Amino acid sequence: MNAFYSLIFVFALVLIALFGVGAAHLSYFFGVILPLAAVIVFIVGIVLKVLGWGKSAVPFRIPTTGGQQQSLDWIKQNKWDNPSTASQTFIRMVFEVLFFRSLFRNTSVSLRNEDGVPVVAYSSAKWLWLFALMFHYSFLIIVLRHLRLFMDPVPFFVPVLDFMDGILQIGAPRLYMSDLLIVVGLSFLLLRRLVVPIFRYISNAADYFPLLLILGIALSGIYMRYFGKVDVIAIKELTMGLVTLSPKVPAGIDASFYVHIALVSTLLIYFPFSKLMHMGGVFLSPTRNMPNNTRIVHHENPWNPDVKPHSYEAYEDDFREHMIEAGLPVEKQA
Amino acid sequence: MADFKTKPDELYKSIDHTPPKAGWMDVPAQFRPGNWCYPAKPEVLDYIGFPNGRKWSPADEDWKLPENWKDIIHQGFRERLEKFRSLKIFMDVCVRCGACADKCHYFIGSGDPKNMPVLRAELLRSVYRKDFTTAGKILGKLNGARVLEEDVLKEWFLYFYQCTECRRCSLFCPYGIDTAEITMMARELLNLVGCNINWIQEPVANCQRTGNHLGIQPHAFKDIVDFMVDDIEEVTGKRIHVPMNEKGHEILFITPSGDVFADPGIYTFMGYLMLFDAIGLDYTMSTYASEGGNFGLFTDNVVAKKLNAKMYAEAKRLGVKWILGGECGHMWRVINQYMDTFNGPPDFLQMPKSPITGTVFKNAASTKMVHITEFTADLIKHRKLKLDPSRNDHFTVTFHDSCNPARGMGLLEEPRYVIKNVCNNFYEMPAQTIREQTFCCAGGAGLGTDEFMDMRMRGGLPRGNALRYVRDKYGVNRMACICAIDRATLVPLADYWANGVDISGIHELVGNALILDGEKEREVDLRQEPLPGKEG
Repeated sequence: MNAFYSLIFVFALVLIALFGVGAAHLSYFFGVILPLAAVIVFIVGIVLKVLGWGKSAVPFRIPTTGGQQQSLDWIKQNKWDNPSTASQTFIRMVFEVLFFRSLFRNTSVSLRNEDGVPVVAYSSAKWLWLFALMFHYSFLIIVLRHLRLFMDPVPFFVPVLDFMDGILQIGAPRLYMSDLLIVVGLSFLLLRRLVVPIFRYISNAADYFPLLLILGIALSGIYMRYFGKVDVIAIKELTMGLVTLSPKVPAGIDASFYVHIALVSTLLIYFPFSKLMHMGGVFLSPTRNMPNNTRIVHHENPWNPDVKPHSYEAYEDDFREHMIEAGLPVEKQA
Repeated sequence: MADFKTKPDELYKSIDHTPPKAGWMDVPAQFRPGNWCYPAKPEVLDYIGFPNGRKWSPADEDWKLPENWKDIIHQGFRERLEKFRSLKIFMDVCVRCGACADKCHYFIGSGDPKNMPVLRAELLRSVYRKDFTTAGKILGKLNGARVLEEDVLKEWFLYFYQCTECRRCSLFCPYGIDTAEITMMARELLNLVGCNINWIQEPVANCQRTGNHLGIQPHAFKDIVDFMVDDIEEVTGKRIHVPMNEKGHEILFITPSGDVFADPGIYTFMGYLMLFDAIGLDYTMSTYASEGGNFGLFTDNVVAKKLNAKMYAEAKRLGVKWILGGECGHMWRVINQYMDTFNGPPDFLQMPKSPITGTVFKNAASTKMVHITEFTADLIKHRKLKLDPSRNDHFTVTFHDSCNPARGMGLLEEPRYVIKNVCNNFYEMPAQTIREQTFCCAGGAGLGTDEFMDMRMRGGLPRGNALRYVRDKYGVNRMACICAIDRATLVPLADYWANGVDISGIHELVGNALILDGEKEREVDLRQEPLPGKEG
């Protein structure tokens, strides 16, 4: 049901854009106002969210340790899974953010019965890691490729990326591998939620919606490039107009572009208010971005409450006679 | 295990990981015998100054909540979002990828989808979205938000007291979302309206007054230690002296009171005493700080700080140079990640240095507290101990990494090094069940109580099954661990899932192997069972 609602909503967005531009002639709204507003919401939303996180205190240093601690000199520390310095922690974060280190650990459990013996078995389950990585990196490459529409001159790495992405030299226009892989990645992420019962059980509309939305963005983009073969020169005129804040809407841009940009705008607006903020949150996660060195270096709790233990004096007052009788030393004789 | 009758085979067959038809928000919490712990007694809550002490039962319809309980929770939630960035981040960033789902021992053994860490956290998150986010306020259920009703609070109580804060899920989470942290926050909120369990609050009250969870008073504590000294004499022929509450020694030794109280922890305790005697350590114990563990951690950060403060207070009073800590799990989470922040840095102490080997424990430079397996491993490495590992030849040993030293510290090699030097037969359990991936005993974080036995045995399945595997494959008959809660909870777990395996601390094995100067020829081990070759 959650998936269905999300699908309906994405379709509605597509139709609104098609209708808006086609019948209601709102191309200025969809081509200029909506994307500019979306960018503002995106940036302001993210900044506010991150500031909100930053405002909260970090009272304790609580890394989840994933390997051997720093210990005696002859015991080898697992520096990247259990860092004790800032630079080791930085490397842990690099592995986490760029290579999804923790997800790489994933296993899958199964309960079996082998000749009457219960066997709880664990198998490696790297599919989620693989397809998640595929999706995220494809998305990143696609975003970077799009810089050619927003910068003039185009930065040096964009044509390089373009070339590498299309290196298979299939078709005309050349097929980008990232276009293919993002659809494969998204489809996997979507299907596992739909097919595996426990993942379907935990999935909210908020889980299907971004997947379907991004799939819609990818498919509309693919349509524009390979099938609609839209007028890129005109589109660049529009996008450069947005960047330079001198908006104009050239004639002859295909409606599919407005669908694409409406979906992208929706994503930008939705982003700061949703789980997509995991992009920022991963950097601030206290179980990953802190070294395991609280025994070595003091960590200050900004709101450390002023509490004292039940004092030794009160304890001795309570038990003095028994202590003397048992031959335990006391501070004050009875 | 009075009321718990389900046989292991029946329990195993009953596990079904298929989620129900109804969405999780539409399935109310079900309290059945064995899946919840008894609530805290009113006099206990009154003693520690917690609100809403009353007689009640989770199985009742009416929980006798304060009239304005929703406001109390809302304000408490708001305050904690400001105080703990972890909470705010963990409420916001989960993508429900499900990588954590089958990592929880309670989910594996119960199949209850709300034991998947992701849903356990959603219980709290759903309320967070409704109360603190724009999208949740507008979109409601569509965005996974819901209003805090009494049924939701009941769910919180059930499932946040079905989490042992073991952090296994946190290891696998791509954003490091730590359910232990979420459970701690939820329990703090539940405390505000008087919904807590006696197995946690009573030890807290005991610890406050007597210095230990079990409520052992100073003279009784000394008696118990004297009994153990007698037992050591019986086994070794040697009478050893245990300094108590004495000033002017170099080291204060603190261990969980479980080690003083019950079989098999007491044998580990004897092992410590023998070790200290063998190396002539200048140390004292304390009856005032006679608890290494800290059930405050399972309650509230302020209580945890308050109980922990006794360690430094006593170290200062007695004038020691540094503190040595015994084998305990959550105790070391506190010492390694909280103690210095709670009550440190202790400038009156000195950099810990082994008086025997001269090794400086640089990894305890600020907190000034060293783990006993770090200390013993260093002694062995420098060949300062005379050991006869063959005295443990009647054991085939495996090692259970306790959750907190594994995932809140990284104490993995030290205990293994000690075991391998005092035992000749050592085998590891499967890789996915040890070290940082270790499984909980299912009785940690204050849930090791008998009325919770059904869930304990369910949650104990992953550990028990791995143990059964090495029992059948290598003939393992002894599982060593470095946690006092383990030493209490793994015994019924092993009886249930891997019958025939005994549980011990590491220093029990050290005590068996250790050759004391002037000891008699030993016939029996610390449990007074015949040594190999001395059976007749």
